[in-house]
Amino acid sequence: MADIEATVEPTPGQETPQAHGHAPDESHATSTGISNAKMAMWAFLGSECLLFGALISTYILYRHKSVSGPTPHQLYDIPFTSVSSFVLLMSSLSMVLAVAAIQRGDERRLRVWLGTTAMLGSVFIAGQIYEFTSFIRRGMTIKTNVTSGAFYVLTGFHGVHVTIGIIMLLSLINLSVRGKIPQSKAEIIEIAGLYWHFVDIVWIIIFTVVYLIP
Amino acid sequence: MTTALESDAELATDAALESRHHHPSDLEYILIALALAVMTAVEVGIYYLHSDSLTIVVLLMLMALKFSIVVGFFMHLRFDSPVLRRLFVGGLMLAGTVYTIVLFIFGIYHV
Repeated sequence: MADIEATVEPTPGQETPQAHGHAPDESHATSTGISNAKMAMWAFLGSECLLFGALISTYILYRHKSVSGPTPHQLYDIPFTSVSSFVLLMSSLSMVLAVAAIQRGDERRLRVWLGTTAMLGSVFIAGQIYEFTSFIRRGMTIKTNVTSGAFYVLTGFHGVHVTIGIIMLLSLINLSVRGKIPQSKAEIIEIAGLYWHFVDIVWIIIFTVVYLIP
Repeated sequence: MTTALESDAELATDAALESRHHHPSDLEYILIALALAVMTAVEVGIYYLHSDSLTIVVLLMLMALKFSIVVGFFMHLRFDSPVLRRLFVGGLMLAGTVYTIVLFIFGIYHV
């Protein structure tokens, strides 16, 4: 295990990070050449697949098991949810543009794109709150039937993930304003981006499996 | 003497260095996002057109394609180290296998 953190000495003919024009980064001094933080984020996302897999499977199991209405499928507003999905997809674009900006050393654009991503995420959450409120007004609460319970738990968990992502983005903007995220620390943004894109791919599945498939 | 671990580490380091040079440009990211938006529009269009087993297959295929594009291009898994790919795909495959078995068992026995 001791060699996990060992510095990788370049073999003859092997290029070093400096040769590629990138500043050396202490966090990359591992036997794999990947920082521990990035590795940990990917491992976390791999485990999150199991969490959301459980929630999606539960919804699939219970979707036709309700004995009393209304069920989510009777209340869905597909045009509205489609716009929400589009907004979240576009937030992934602004996130990846933020990562590209800091990798170029453009801190101003980093803040612009991070702000755009946080704003789009907030619009998505506002849409989810509106949807939940609308469903509750029309008589579908979390306790109405098993389908509604599974629906609220699944989409609610996703909403909590998006909210955590927004808080993370706002914290990064704050750090950037204070000059604490220079180009050499671009990986912080990349790791936050991985989390944000993950909540997007989870929504891609939820939108199809929960909303579109009858 | 080069061990298998050292060899893997060298390959991963090379991949990590190479990955930084093959990321798409900003314009390419915008085009990818546009393609994702079009696919979402197609999904919604299909939802309103038909509702049979073929529709479900097409919707699931579009979903898988959108998923792969975001993971591959926006999350850079296509360009990053194979070690990261194994970590994420491992979790994904485990989840897929476990919950397919769960759905199959519950579906069969109507618990």
